[in-house]
Amino acid sequence: MNDAAARNFTYLAYGLTAAWAILVIYVLTLVSRERKIRAQMNSLQRMLEDKERK
Amino acid sequence: MREKWLYGLGIVAALLLARNINVMLVDLPDEAFQGSIFRIIFFHVPAAFTCFLCFLAALLAGIMVLARKNLQWDSFGVAAVEVGLAFGAANLITGMIWARIIWGIWWTWDWRLTSMLVCWLLYAGYLVLRRAIEEPTQRARMAAVVSILNFAVVPFVFFSIKWFRTQHPQPVLYGEGKMDSGYRLMLYTNWLPILMIAAILIAIRMRQETQQREVDALRREAHAF
Repeated sequence: MNDAAARNFTYLAYGLTAAWAILVIYVLTLVSRERKIRAQMNSLQRMLEDKERK
Repeated sequence: MREKWLYGLGIVAALLLARNINVMLVDLPDEAFQGSIFRIIFFHVPAAFTCFLCFLAALLAGIMVLARKNLQWDSFGVAAVEVGLAFGAANLITGMIWARIIWGIWWTWDWRLTSMLVCWLLYAGYLVLRRAIEEPTQRARMAAVVSILNFAVVPFVFFSIKWFRTQHPQPVLYGEGKMDSGYRLMLYTNWLPILMIAAILIAIRMRQETQQREVDALRREAHAF
Protein backbone atom coordinates (compact mmCIF):
# COMPACT_ATOMS: atom_id res chain seq x y z
CA MET A 1 0.00 0.00 0.00
CA ASN A 2 1.52 3.37 -1.03
CA ASP A 3 1.44 6.51 1.15
CA ALA A 4 -1.63 8.07 -0.52
CA ALA A 5 -3.65 4.84 -0.19
CA ALA A 6 -2.62 4.47 3.46
CA ARG A 7 -3.62 8.08 4.19
CA ASN A 8 -6.90 7.47 2.38
CA PHE A 9 -7.60 4.44 4.54
CA THR A 10 -6.63 6.28 7.75
CA TYR A 11 -9.11 9.06 6.98
CA LEU A 12 -11.80 6.48 6.18
CA ALA A 13 -11.21 5.02 9.66
CA TYR A 14 -11.44 8.55 11.16
CA GLY A 15 -14.74 9.14 9.31
CA LEU A 16 -16.37 5.92 10.43
CA THR A 17 -15.13 6.39 14.00
CA ALA A 18 -16.40 9.99 14.11
CA ALA A 19 -19.85 9.03 12.76
CA TRP A 20 -20.30 6.31 15.41
CA ALA A 21 -18.74 8.42 18.17
CA ILE A 22 -21.43 11.08 17.63
CA LEU A 23 -24.18 8.47 17.97
CA VAL A 24 -22.53 6.90 21.04
CA ILE A 25 -22.32 10.35 22.68
CA TYR A 26 -26.03 10.89 21.94
CA VAL A 27 -26.90 7.49 23.43
CA LEU A 28 -24.88 8.38 26.56
CA THR A 29 -26.84 11.63 26.94
CA LEU A 30 -30.06 9.59 26.67
CA VAL A 31 -28.84 7.22 29.40
CA SER A 32 -27.91 10.08 31.72
CA ARG A 33 -31.28 11.82 31.09
CA GLU A 34 -33.11 8.54 31.87
CA ARG A 35 -31.26 8.25 35.22
CA LYS A 36 -32.02 11.87 36.08
CA ILE A 37 -35.75 11.47 35.31
CA ARG A 38 -35.97 8.25 37.39
CA ALA A 39 -34.22 9.91 40.33
CA GLN A 40 -36.52 12.96 40.12
CA MET A 41 -39.62 10.75 39.90
CA ASN A 42 -38.59 8.64 42.90
CA SER A 43 -37.79 11.65 45.09
CA LEU A 44 -41.05 13.42 44.16
CA GLN A 45 -43.10 10.27 44.85
CA ARG A 46 -41.41 9.90 48.25
CA MET A 47 -42.06 13.58 48.99
CA LEU A 48 -45.77 13.23 48.08
CA GLU A 49 -46.14 10.07 50.21
CA ASP A 50 -44.54 11.85 53.19
CA LYS A 51 -46.88 14.83 52.79
CA GLU A 52 -49.94 12.54 52.57
CA ARG A 53 -48.88 10.72 55.77
CA LYS A 54 -48.56 14.04 57.62
CA MET B 1 -43.69 -5.74 25.00
CA ARG B 2 -42.49 -2.48 23.42
CA GLU B 3 -39.09 -2.87 25.11
CA LYS B 4 -38.71 -6.33 23.58
CA TRP B 5 -39.45 -4.91 20.12
CA LEU B 6 -36.78 -2.25 20.61
CA TYR B 7 -34.19 -4.80 21.77
CA GLY B 8 -35.08 -7.05 18.81
CA LEU B 9 -34.76 -4.16 16.36
CA GLY B 10 -31.42 -3.18 17.95
CA ILE B 11 -30.03 -6.70 17.56
CA VAL B 12 -31.14 -6.90 13.90
CA ALA B 13 -29.63 -3.45 13.19
CA ALA B 14 -26.31 -4.42 14.85
CA LEU B 15 -26.09 -7.68 12.87
CA LEU B 16 -26.90 -5.92 9.60
CA LEU B 17 -24.32 -3.21 10.31
CA ALA B 18 -21.62 -5.79 11.13
CA ARG B 19 -22.40 -7.63 7.89
CA ASN B 20 -22.39 -4.38 5.88
CA ILE B 21 -19.06 -3.19 7.31
CA ASN B 22 -17.52 -6.55 6.44
CA VAL B 23 -18.86 -6.44 2.84
CA MET B 24 -17.89 -2.76 2.50
CA LEU B 25 -14.28 -3.25 3.63
CA VAL B 26 -13.57 -6.73 2.27
CA ASP B 27 -15.73 -7.42 -0.79
CA LEU B 28 -16.37 -4.02 -2.43
CA PRO B 29 -13.51 -2.74 -4.62
CA ASP B 30 -11.99 0.76 -4.17
CA GLU B 31 -13.53 3.47 -6.33
CA ALA B 32 -11.29 4.12 -9.38
CA PHE B 33 -10.59 7.83 -8.72
CA GLN B 34 -11.18 8.28 -4.99
CA GLY B 35 -9.78 5.04 -3.58
CA SER B 36 -10.91 3.68 -0.22
CA ILE B 37 -12.16 7.03 1.18
CA PHE B 38 -15.13 6.68 -1.22
CA ARG B 39 -16.61 4.14 1.23
CA ILE B 40 -17.47 7.01 3.57
CA ILE B 41 -20.46 7.64 1.26
CA PHE B 42 -22.14 4.52 2.72
CA PHE B 43 -22.52 6.41 6.01
CA HIS B 44 -22.48 10.02 4.82
CA VAL B 45 -25.51 9.77 2.50
CA PRO B 46 -27.71 7.47 4.68
CA ALA B 47 -26.99 9.81 7.63
CA ALA B 48 -28.23 12.78 5.54
CA PHE B 49 -31.34 10.89 4.36
CA THR B 50 -32.11 9.81 7.94
CA CYS B 51 -31.64 13.38 9.16
CA PHE B 52 -34.06 14.73 6.52
CA LEU B 53 -36.61 11.99 7.29
CA CYS B 54 -36.44 12.90 10.99
CA PHE B 55 -37.03 16.57 10.14
CA LEU B 56 -39.98 15.53 7.93
CA ALA B 57 -41.36 13.55 10.89
CA ALA B 58 -40.93 16.67 13.07
CA LEU B 59 -42.86 18.71 10.49
CA LEU B 60 -45.74 16.21 10.55
CA ALA B 61 -45.62 16.13 14.37
CA GLY B 62 -45.78 19.94 14.41
CA ILE B 63 -48.86 19.94 12.17
CA MET B 64 -50.51 17.32 14.40
CA VAL B 65 -49.74 19.32 17.57
CA LEU B 66 -51.49 22.36 16.11
CA ALA B 67 -54.40 20.32 14.69
CA ARG B 68 -55.05 17.88 17.56
CA LYS B 69 -53.45 19.70 20.53
CA ASN B 70 -52.12 16.35 21.73
CA LEU B 71 -48.80 16.57 23.62
CA GLN B 72 -47.78 13.06 22.53
CA TRP B 73 -47.11 14.55 19.09
CA ASP B 74 -44.90 17.15 20.75
CA SER B 75 -42.86 14.34 22.35
CA PHE B 76 -42.53 12.71 18.93
CA GLY B 77 -41.49 16.04 17.38
CA VAL B 78 -38.70 16.78 19.85
CA ALA B 79 -37.45 13.18 19.66
CA ALA B 80 -37.33 13.33 15.84
CA VAL B 81 -35.47 16.67 15.86
CA GLU B 82 -32.85 15.48 18.38
CA VAL B 83 -32.17 12.26 16.49
CA GLY B 84 -32.14 14.17 13.19
CA LEU B 85 -29.53 16.54 14.62
CA ALA B 86 -27.33 13.60 15.69
CA PHE B 87 -27.43 12.14 12.16
CA GLY B 88 -26.99 15.62 10.66
CA ALA B 89 -23.82 16.06 12.72
CA ALA B 90 -22.57 12.64 11.55
CA ASN B 91 -23.28 13.69 7.95
CA LEU B 92 -21.38 17.00 8.30
CA ILE B 93 -18.36 15.45 10.04
CA THR B 94 -18.01 12.53 7.59
CA GLY B 95 -18.34 15.02 4.71
CA MET B 96 -15.54 17.15 6.13
CA ILE B 97 -13.25 14.14 6.50
CA TRP B 98 -13.97 13.09 2.90
CA ALA B 99 -13.36 16.67 1.70
CA ARG B 100 -9.96 16.80 3.44
CA ILE B 101 -8.73 13.94 1.24
CA ILE B 102 -10.52 14.70 -2.04
CA TRP B 103 -10.51 18.55 -2.05
CA GLY B 104 -7.54 19.07 0.27
CA ILE B 105 -9.66 21.28 2.59
CA TRP B 106 -11.93 20.56 5.55
CA TRP B 107 -14.65 23.04 4.59
CA THR B 108 -15.81 25.38 1.86
CA TRP B 109 -18.70 27.83 1.94
CA ASP B 110 -20.54 26.39 -1.06
CA TRP B 111 -24.32 26.03 -1.39
CA ARG B 112 -24.68 22.45 -0.17
CA LEU B 113 -22.33 22.63 2.79
CA THR B 114 -23.52 26.03 3.94
CA SER B 115 -27.23 25.23 3.58
CA MET B 116 -26.77 21.97 5.51
CA LEU B 117 -24.97 23.81 8.31
CA VAL B 118 -27.69 26.50 8.41
CA CYS B 119 -30.37 23.79 8.50
CA TRP B 120 -28.57 22.05 11.40
CA LEU B 121 -28.28 25.34 13.31
CA LEU B 122 -31.97 26.16 12.76
CA TYR B 123 -33.02 22.83 14.27
CA ALA B 124 -30.53 23.32 17.12
CA GLY B 125 -32.34 26.63 17.68
CA TYR B 126 -35.59 24.66 17.98
CA LEU B 127 -34.12 22.82 21.00
CA VAL B 128 -32.88 26.10 22.53
CA LEU B 129 -36.37 27.59 22.13
CA ARG B 130 -37.93 24.62 23.92
CA ARG B 131 -35.67 25.18 26.93
CA ALA B 132 -36.75 28.80 27.11
CA ILE B 133 -40.51 28.09 27.52
CA GLU B 134 -41.70 26.46 30.76
CA GLU B 135 -45.44 26.05 30.15
CA PRO B 136 -45.90 22.70 28.30
CA THR B 137 -48.83 23.65 26.04
CA GLN B 138 -47.27 26.94 24.99
CA ARG B 139 -43.91 25.21 24.47
CA ALA B 140 -45.53 22.56 22.27
CA ARG B 141 -47.35 25.18 20.18
CA MET B 142 -44.28 27.39 19.65
CA ALA B 143 -42.05 24.38 18.92
CA ALA B 144 -44.60 23.12 16.37
CA VAL B 145 -44.59 26.46 14.54
CA VAL B 146 -40.78 26.55 14.51
CA SER B 147 -40.46 22.97 13.25
CA ILE B 148 -42.92 23.73 10.43
CA LEU B 149 -41.03 26.90 9.43
CA ASN B 150 -37.62 25.19 9.74
CA PHE B 151 -38.61 22.49 7.29
CA ALA B 152 -38.68 25.07 4.47
CA VAL B 153 -34.85 24.81 4.40
CA VAL B 154 -34.75 21.00 3.95
CA PRO B 155 -35.81 20.83 0.24
CA PHE B 156 -33.33 23.66 -0.42
CA VAL B 157 -30.50 21.60 1.13
CA PHE B 158 -31.58 18.48 -0.74
CA PHE B 159 -31.81 20.09 -4.19
CA SER B 160 -29.03 22.67 -3.80
CA ILE B 161 -26.53 20.46 -5.65
CA LYS B 162 -28.96 20.23 -8.59
CA TRP B 163 -30.00 23.90 -8.61
CA PHE B 164 -26.57 25.52 -8.19
CA ARG B 165 -23.03 24.93 -9.37
CA THR B 166 -21.28 23.66 -6.27
CA GLN B 167 -18.02 22.08 -5.30
CA HIS B 168 -20.01 19.25 -3.73
CA PRO B 169 -20.47 16.28 -6.12
CA GLN B 170 -23.63 16.26 -8.21
CA PRO B 171 -26.48 13.89 -7.24
CA VAL B 172 -25.56 10.23 -7.73
CA LEU B 173 -28.88 8.63 -6.80
CA TYR B 174 -31.38 10.80 -8.68
CA GLY B 175 -31.42 13.05 -11.75
CA GLU B 176 -28.60 12.27 -14.18
CA GLY B 177 -26.39 10.77 -11.49
CA LYS B 178 -24.98 7.35 -12.12
CA MET B 179 -23.63 5.08 -9.44
CA ASP B 180 -22.41 1.53 -9.91
CA SER B 181 -25.21 -0.91 -8.98
CA GLY B 182 -22.99 -2.67 -6.39
CA TYR B 183 -22.25 0.61 -4.61
CA ARG B 184 -25.90 1.70 -4.85
CA LEU B 185 -27.07 -1.59 -3.31
CA MET B 186 -24.54 -1.17 -0.48
CA LEU B 187 -25.73 2.37 0.17
CA TYR B 188 -29.37 1.36 0.50
CA THR B 189 -28.49 -1.79 2.46
CA ASN B 190 -26.58 0.35 4.95
CA TRP B 191 -29.40 2.88 5.19
CA LEU B 192 -31.75 0.20 6.53
CA PRO B 193 -29.92 -0.48 9.88
CA ILE B 194 -29.27 3.27 10.26
CA LEU B 195 -33.03 3.87 9.93
CA MET B 196 -33.66 1.13 12.51
CA ILE B 197 -31.25 2.82 14.94
CA ALA B 198 -32.98 6.16 14.36
CA ALA B 199 -36.39 4.56 15.08
CA ILE B 200 -35.06 3.04 18.34
CA LEU B 201 -33.55 6.35 19.48
CA ILE B 202 -36.77 8.25 18.67
CA ALA B 203 -38.85 5.72 20.64
CA ILE B 204 -36.55 6.01 23.68
CA ARG B 205 -36.39 9.82 23.56
CA MET B 206 -40.16 10.07 23.10
CA ARG B 207 -40.73 7.96 26.22
CA GLN B 208 -38.34 10.17 28.17
CA GLU B 209 -40.23 13.31 27.13
CA THR B 210 -43.50 11.75 28.33
CA GLN B 211 -41.85 10.74 31.64
CA GLN B 212 -40.44 14.26 32.03
CA ARG B 213 -43.98 15.64 31.66
CA GLU B 214 -45.13 13.24 34.42
CA VAL B 215 -42.30 14.46 36.65
CA ASP B 216 -43.34 18.08 36.04
CA ALA B 217 -46.97 17.19 36.92
CA LEU B 218 -45.81 15.47 40.13
CA ARG B 219 -43.73 18.52 41.00
CA ARG B 220 -46.75 20.82 40.58
CA GLU B 221 -48.80 18.44 42.74
CA ALA B 222 -46.10 18.46 45.43
CA HIS B 223 -46.02 22.25 45.49
CA ALA B 224 -49.84 22.44 45.63
CA PHE B 225 -49.95 20.68 49.02
